[in-house]
Amino acid sequence: MTSDSLLAMGPTRRSTLKHLEMCNPGTALQLDWLRDVRVNRSAVERRAATMGTRRSVKKAWQAAWLLKAVTCIDLTTLSGDDTPGKVRRMCAKARQPVRQDLLDTLGVGDKGLTVGAVCVYHNMIQTAVDALKGSDIPVAAVSTGFPAGLSPLETRLREIELSVAAGAKEIDIVIDRGLVLTGQWEEMYDQVRAFKDACGDAHLKTILGTGDLNTLRNVGKASLVCMMAGADFIKTSTGKESVNATLPVSLVMIRAIREYRERTGHVVGFKPAGGISTAKASLEYLVMMKEELGRPWMEPNLFRFGASSLLGDIERQLEHHVTGRYSANNRHPMA
Amino acid sequence: MSVAEILDSMDYGPAPESADQAEDWLDGHQRKFGIFIDGQWRAPKGRKRFETLNPATSQPLAHIAQASNADVDAAVAAARKALPKWAKLGTHGRARILYALARLLQKHARLFAVVETMDNGKPIRETRDIDIPLAIRHFYHHAGWAQMLDDEFPGMEAHGVVGQIIPWNFPLLMLAWKVAPALAAGNTVVLKPAEFTSLTTLLFAEICEEAGLPAGVLNIVTGDGRVGELIVRHDDVNKIAFTGSTDVGRLIREATAGSGKALTLELGGKSPLIVFEDADLDSAVEGVVDGIWFNQGQVCCAGSRLLVQENVADRFIAKLKARMETLRVGDPLDKAVDIGAIIAPVQLDRIKALVDSGVQDGAELWQPSWACPKDGWFYPPTLFTNVSPAATIAQEEIFGPVLSAMTFRTPSEAVGLANNTRYGLAASIWSESLNLALDIAPKLKAGVVWVNGTNMFDAACGFGGYRESGFGREGGKEGMVEYLRPAFRAKLPLYAEKKPAPEIKPPAADTHVDRTAKMYVGGKQARPDSGYSRPVLAPNGRLIAEVGEGNRKDIRNAVEAARKAASWSLSTGHLRAQILYYVAENLDARREEFIARIRAMTGARSAAAAKEVETSVQRLFTYAAWADKFDAAVHNPPMRGVTLAMNEPLGIIGMTCPDELPLLGFVSLVAPAIAMGNCVIAVPSEPHPLSATDFYQVLDTSDVPGGVVNIVTGDSAALISVLAQHDEVDAVWCVGDAQTGTDVERLSTGNLKRTWVNHGRRPDWYDNRQAEGRAFLARATQVKNIWVPYGE
Repeated sequence: MTSDSLLAMGPTRRSTLKHLEMCNPGTALQLDWLRDVRVNRSAVERRAATMGTRRSVKKAWQAAWLLKAVTCIDLTTLSGDDTPGKVRRMCAKARQPVRQDLLDTLGVGDKGLTVGAVCVYHNMIQTAVDALKGSDIPVAAVSTGFPAGLSPLETRLREIELSVAAGAKEIDIVIDRGLVLTGQWEEMYDQVRAFKDACGDAHLKTILGTGDLNTLRNVGKASLVCMMAGADFIKTSTGKESVNATLPVSLVMIRAIREYRERTGHVVGFKPAGGISTAKASLEYLVMMKEELGRPWMEPNLFRFGASSLLGDIERQLEHHVTGRYSANNRHPMA
Repeated sequence: MSVAEILDSMDYGPAPESADQAEDWLDGHQRKFGIFIDGQWRAPKGRKRFETLNPATSQPLAHIAQASNADVDAAVAAARKALPKWAKLGTHGRARILYALARLLQKHARLFAVVETMDNGKPIRETRDIDIPLAIRHFYHHAGWAQMLDDEFPGMEAHGVVGQIIPWNFPLLMLAWKVAPALAAGNTVVLKPAEFTSLTTLLFAEICEEAGLPAGVLNIVTGDGRVGELIVRHDDVNKIAFTGSTDVGRLIREATAGSGKALTLELGGKSPLIVFEDADLDSAVEGVVDGIWFNQGQVCCAGSRLLVQENVADRFIAKLKARMETLRVGDPLDKAVDIGAIIAPVQLDRIKALVDSGVQDGAELWQPSWACPKDGWFYPPTLFTNVSPAATIAQEEIFGPVLSAMTFRTPSEAVGLANNTRYGLAASIWSESLNLALDIAPKLKAGVVWVNGTNMFDAACGFGGYRESGFGREGGKEGMVEYLRPAFRAKLPLYAEKKPAPEIKPPAADTHVDRTAKMYVGGKQARPDSGYSRPVLAPNGRLIAEVGEGNRKDIRNAVEAARKAASWSLSTGHLRAQILYYVAENLDARREEFIARIRAMTGARSAAAAKEVETSVQRLFTYAAWADKFDAAVHNPPMRGVTLAMNEPLGIIGMTCPDELPLLGFVSLVAPAIAMGNCVIAVPSEPHPLSATDFYQVLDTSDVPGGVVNIVTGDSAALISVLAQHDEVDAVWCVGDAQTGTDVERLSTGNLKRTWVNHGRRPDWYDNRQAEGRAFLARATQVKNIWVPYGE
């Protein structure tokens, strides 16, 4: 499906797409474009700081927006102590992220609302695929030596192939941050290109590890290189850096997405990950997507949250909306 | 709308801020307000009231008092009466009250924000996040100045009673900008809010009572422009501070001419926003949004002229239009609205008329596809492209959400276009090159320059204009100074009536060759255009010499010469210091000649004349010393970055010099002016001009570039009047009788030049505290605040 036909599609139809049905073919590496990247940190921070103050959604709108956020969550577990049992429990939550009685009261009980994807390590892909059978929730796998991305290239490529073979529909790769810090754009481009090829039909989400990149200008440049190399999504963080998704970093990345679309016509999605744990924060991100990229980027095919604890807060807020009373964790099934 | 439908549309719904408490407050006053005088609420004399309306609904909010002449008299009398007890409270006592005001504003912040939005029509996002927090910050900051007053401003005292007139675009914030420094400096105040927006001022009066502000220290008289005029013309007011239109600013300048009232004016603007090719264009688009669509564009420093480098113009305009589509106009109490209502139908009509003129002038109009609400007074964000510099919309302040875009090719062309205006309030530069931005910032004729930002304000940084955007600063130390005056000034004696000139007697038999004192223009001796000369007499009437009878054409030529010498302002302080030392050295070498000349003209004794020459040499040393030391300040607003408060020369200063010490008076005025990089047209003492005309030989031999100092002799009152009216002259200093000073102030309104007159008071030119130093340097400069946020 071409990007334009997808963007032209009505929101209802679009929101039923669980898979990322579009594919960014990428472009040649354009170094002159990279050289022109300008990011004014203070101005970006000013804009980012007013995302949550210039816009506000209340009452039914807030409930709807929070439900939208739920559908955009990549429900994630990436711990050393992950077990099949834990993953199966998370998959059950992915199928029914919000209590059915709440959804019924909100009038969306028949929408088959689920999270956007489930995100796991390679060795949990099979478990997740089995647990999600019958749903159209895709399984995403972190790959390429996550989170540092420093294992041999051969190993990293092989890891992608194995994950795709195991049933992952989305591959979250990490870039080698050292290549950004030393300006080795050709090498970085070639690597991401190779990852893209290894993905086959699976979609490529590139994690920049923005906390390691240090400057917003680096973030802007790395975003562009990933998109030129064919990334279907660009993602902020592994969740393991000391600083993960922030609004300023996200603003720089989504402006790069906009610029890339304006210049090439290709559509790329955005995934902030790490540190987004409140309903309020999720609304700020949705506002930012709407303001800077527009309505199409408020759907799971173009926008995801990488989050593990966000859902819990949203559930509580939704129950508050329904009952008028503040809710508690133990009233909602855990992931 | 159902959740399911919203899930589909993902629109923003209504997000109203509650008006309940504001309505309760209005109801609690039966929607009828009095005036606040001497700590008491009073009904206006004659009980006249008018309605204040909510611009978003066009519905009335309350009835506001129309103060009368008697009310203004009572307010001024109360302020006068309160002065001693306010002074007696001391710096710390006043600091405590300012601090309490800040705290109380903070405690009631939301009520202030909601009332402001209802009365003014600006979005609650702005009142809540910008206006009210900045007002609070202003009181905190100035509580600090009150505390430090004696240490930081030695030898200064409060003016006394200050009359303040504030506009409707930032009602409470402008109150804070006016009231906080006035009170911190120890003045008492009579304040008039704009008739469209009195409510937050009245609410503020209530917290003043709570803060324990002594009765009479702040008095509030509401009403229309007539009330403002009563304040301006009131005999017992010592200073006027006004923010509003340039036209009214001119009227105030005229009305206060000769009154001795200190005056600060913060007026209109047509501020440029310059986008260079190496800017972060997406961020610059947000800069435009904050620049021209902040407060519906009803901002004196709105970035209403967009100058974009030609090679990125198409991309930039495309980005801008896309952004304009996402702006939301509507109910200002809605938390998700960007642009609220225009203050009043009269302003809306004016915006529409100017937009029509833009279309007629051939500019291309663009507005977003969505429509504005029909109730209330709304206007959509508007962009004009292909605007010619001559178009009305490129020159006139629109005071609405209308942006006029032009392109430029080079940095120097950008500066040319940016400065191609009568105004000079603010400017904004967008570039990722520090070299470029910091090269451009000093070249812009604007009191505030934002690098990669727009409409940034803080109590620690001075705000105010160049040119016809007014004079004086608000905020920072430079703002505090405006509410203080030298303590010695009120005690200065008045000049005695001028003695009639003695009858002319023929010159003493002399063997010298006749030496003709010429005028001095552009570094050359010049004969008067008139072809006439005027006699210079000794005290006994004997003719000593003749000097040229200067006229308006000589002034014109001198100003032209001064303009050509403008690069003097770019010379280094070190070079100017060297030249001033050289002038001193050459004057010293010719001391006997100058002593003799002074004695011949004034009849001074030898010792007195020697003292005058010696002091003149010292004074030149003083300003040579200062030339490279009148440093800029770095302010620290709450941001990651710095604000550079640069002392920039005014440009061209016209001046008349006092009679009593013809050399020292001349040197005392000329030296600080040129030390700071100004060019000067000096009119020497009318009866004793020869010390000045002799002086040009000193200048000639001291490497002073031609045109930096120009000397025009003749009828000093007539000549200074021509200077006062010359639109290329930036400032006029006048030492002399009260009438000439009055005329100078009255005639200066054409380009609103900075005037410095002595109101007929005679300073002691031998007292260094009075006659030299920082006060003179401050008069020879204006502060430009350059905001430089940084961070990679």
